[in-house]
Amino acid sequence: MVNVVGVSRWFGDVQALTNLTLEVPKGKVTVLLGPNGAGKTTAIRVITGALAANEGHTEVFGLNPATADGEEVRSRCGVVSAKPSLYDRLSGFDNLRYAAELYELGRGAKADERIREAAAMFAIDASLDLQVGGYSTGMKTRLALARAVLHKPDLLLLDEPTSGLDPESGAAVLELIQAMAADGRTVLMCTHLLMEAEGLADHIVVMEHGTSLLSGAPDQLASRYWPSPIVSLSTERGDDLDAVANHEGVLSFSRSRTTARLELDTIDRVPELVSRLSSAGARVTTVAPFQPTLEDLYFAVRRHNGAADDEKIETTPDMKATSFAAGTSR
Amino acid sequence: MTTITAKNQAHDASGGHPPMNWARMFTVARTDLKQLAQSRDFWLPMSILGGFFFVIVPAILLLTITKIGDVEVVSRMSQTLEVLPQSAQEQLRGNSPEGQTGYALAVFLFAPMAVVVPLTISTAVGAATIVGEREKGTGEFLAHSPAGTREIYLGKLIASLIPGYLTTIVGFGAYSVIVNLTVGPEVGGWFFPTAQWWIMILWVLPPFLAICLSLVLRLSAKVRSTAAAQQASGLVSLPLIMIAYSQSTGVLFGAGKMGIYVGAIAWVVALVSLHRGVRSVTRSRLLGVAAGI
Repeated sequence: MVNVVGVSRWFGDVQALTNLTLEVPKGKVTVLLGPNGAGKTTAIRVITGALAANEGHTEVFGLNPATADGEEVRSRCGVVSAKPSLYDRLSGFDNLRYAAELYELGRGAKADERIREAAAMFAIDASLDLQVGGYSTGMKTRLALARAVLHKPDLLLLDEPTSGLDPESGAAVLELIQAMAADGRTVLMCTHLLMEAEGLADHIVVMEHGTSLLSGAPDQLASRYWPSPIVSLSTERGDDLDAVANHEGVLSFSRSRTTARLELDTIDRVPELVSRLSSAGARVTTVAPFQPTLEDLYFAVRRHNGAADDEKIETTPDMKATSFAAGTSR
Repeated sequence: MTTITAKNQAHDASGGHPPMNWARMFTVARTDLKQLAQSRDFWLPMSILGGFFFVIVPAILLLTITKIGDVEVVSRMSQTLEVLPQSAQEQLRGNSPEGQTGYALAVFLFAPMAVVVPLTISTAVGAATIVGEREKGTGEFLAHSPAGTREIYLGKLIASLIPGYLTTIVGFGAYSVIVNLTVGPEVGGWFFPTAQWWIMILWVLPPFLAICLSLVLRLSAKVRSTAAAQQASGLVSLPLIMIAYSQSTGVLFGAGKMGIYVGAIAWVVALVSLHRGVRSVTRSRLLGVAAGI
């Protein structure tokens, strides 16, 4: 649906995109993942034709958005930007009506019905008559989402849609996005919050410094970085774990106090290892297969590309908790 | 699969224009006007400005001359009539000094306010219109929308023009009533608006407004903040207001086709200026990422 090939875009001396190549498959949720300043917003702007690239090719629905075809491209896209971009002096209804008219849904009962239907999708219909200036951040985001789907776009572009929301509202917005994806829409979402992308992404593009570091389905990418199964084993006394360090099929072994992380040739080795530990008198407390999270993947990619710089990346307490639970470290 | 190379091309994605969509243009204009109508801090000063120049000042001056009959004031004003051009003096009506003075004030000397008021109001609206979208973040919505930059530019031009022109039309109506009620009895009945005033309001004023706004919108697209736009617009519009002031006075003083010629020239300049101004609105400027912003 979207093909971006070798796109570069600069603003004076600032290079926002550098030879960016990405693909957004039809009917899937693609997540652009990267730290602030990675070029995610500029990528969205290039895709809708709001900005033209200085170099490269962009094709959306088979059209070049930077030409006169941009109007058609934009009329088939729904965009939610990082700030809701709403008119505070207008009511919620008038904001949606403005969009309805620009996207040629017309005026009248039919358009009004569609406006109320879109607002109801995001549970904002009861507040449509209020001035948007009085809305909470969550209400504004919901209205912006309603505006984006008003004209039933073929492609939804969401730029950090949960930015500024409390966790509850953020989770609700992500659920709504999931529902839209289930409805068969193509979604491209930008985020720097790994937890947000978890469970939502069918396709991931990791970006940094305006370029894509890698892309693909989460499972494929995980198997690329963790080709062998990994298991965490814990015992009451950590020293007992050393008994399986050189066991057949253990490809690598590392231990931190009472927990060991083992890379195995096959997951079928786990019963053997537990049996070995038991027979050696060890009391096994935990056996947990390691399932790489998006966060693990993200940092693995960045480490692999020599780009890991913890200070550049915004993390949340939730992310750290995930990392701990998975028994990994950066 | 069609792929098009954009190497070193357009820094703004205008990239050629599809046909003008008039409905979208009016949607942009209507929505901007609706926001202005919701904004009390805009329409209240606008009403006060219009009321002051079109109602309060003329009413006080004309009543002073025609009803109170202050001899000294009338005498001084009568002397100033001698400096009017011959063509204007020939048009004076009324037999008494009060009548002639009132007529001269109403028809000739208040003309500039019909220009100053709309230009001031429209400049204030126009200056904030594009930079305002950028400052409020709503430029992002417009940049991603299918609305063309020409549609956005012209929609905003209309939305800036209407408040000023509407104030003038309403003020002009009120002014006509005041003039006819105060000066009319002295000069033999209702006489206002005169032909020259009709020409000025309907033919000369609109292109001057358009010229002013085409410049102001260009500034609004290029500056960093609304405050900067207001400052710069003041500098740009002031000379234009002075030109319009002198031309409008000339139109009223002059006889025959003077107003038609001035208006025709102003329309030509306005059309050229509008045509060039369209290019000032770009998506990158709406997003606030264009060079120099």
